[in-house]
Amino acid sequence: MIALEFPPINAILRWQDVAPSFNKIAIIAVLATIIGCTIFAMAARADARKAPRGARNLAETSVEFIENGVIMQTMGRDGLGWTPFLLTLFLFIYLCNVPGIIPFFQMPATARMAIPGALALMVWVVYNGAGIKHQGFGGYFKSVLFPPGVPKALYVLVTPIEFISAIIVRPFSLAVRLFANMLAGHILLVTFALLSESLFQAKDKILIPFGVLPMFMLIFLTGFEVLVAFLQAYIFTILTAVYIGGAVHPEH
Amino acid sequence: MEALAKIVAKATEAAVDPADAKNQAAAASAGYAYGLAAIGPGIGIGYLVGKAVEAMARQPEAAGMVRTTMFLGIAFTEALALIGFVVFILLKFA
Repeated sequence: MIALEFPPINAILRWQDVAPSFNKIAIIAVLATIIGCTIFAMAARADARKAPRGARNLAETSVEFIENGVIMQTMGRDGLGWTPFLLTLFLFIYLCNVPGIIPFFQMPATARMAIPGALALMVWVVYNGAGIKHQGFGGYFKSVLFPPGVPKALYVLVTPIEFISAIIVRPFSLAVRLFANMLAGHILLVTFALLSESLFQAKDKILIPFGVLPMFMLIFLTGFEVLVAFLQAYIFTILTAVYIGGAVHPEH
Repeated sequence: MEALAKIVAKATEAAVDPADAKNQAAAASAGYAYGLAAIGPGIGIGYLVGKAVEAMARQPEAAGMVRTTMFLGIAFTEALALIGFVVFILLKFA
């Protein structure tokens, strides 16, 4: 039989520090920032009168995607001022997710809790801040904790639930969703890669051809991860837009 | 006396290290944790996407809005399964 030894979790998630407390995750995050900035710097320098090509085409497509696909669907025309924030968020998360399937990197930077946690915390501050700015401190918390249209007696039940769901669970689930999705994808890829490797190196010669099966699964899952990387960035951005929209325009 | 010592030695040999037993129990329950956590969201996402497809087929002009709402719903439903997955990771490796 084959001896399949799954490595300890640290072996697949922790990398050696390049410099003190600067490892592969940090490299990916820094690269994502640099690549994102470079694309838009190149796009800004391109001639705006000609038809867009190359970097400018990419930049215009992504701006259009954020405006039409995210903001218009959730916040409406008033929310277009949030385009820079949401675009930055989307691009950074996407560029952090995609290294999970790029050879040599093979690690989504968002599969460690630090980056999703920090982003979710930032989003939490932003949507609460936006709500307080637009409705005032009392008005914002009144509209969050005491939603209109509820019978008075039910506030005993509704207010604690709303407090937990809107103030505590939202950033937590936002961070965990991104983190767990990318971690699950990463572990799946590791599992099938290990399985096909150990089958290819099996002592029984009869087992070797079966290594093709997990390899096909690996290829299929890599394709799936392309989709997941985009989808998770999109979902993070659209949920941020929904939260901001809800905080800025309360239900009546 | 010698026989008694032998029995004691056998017993201590057979007894499992408590930390090891805990690890084994955690590893076994990790599978149940994820499996049980996946049932609800599985049903939920299937129902949700099915209804969304129905809505898009009935009213293709509203497809964009339905799709956005569908992704939102999937994100909320899926969170439960993902929390189960996190519990799995914590039980298995932590």
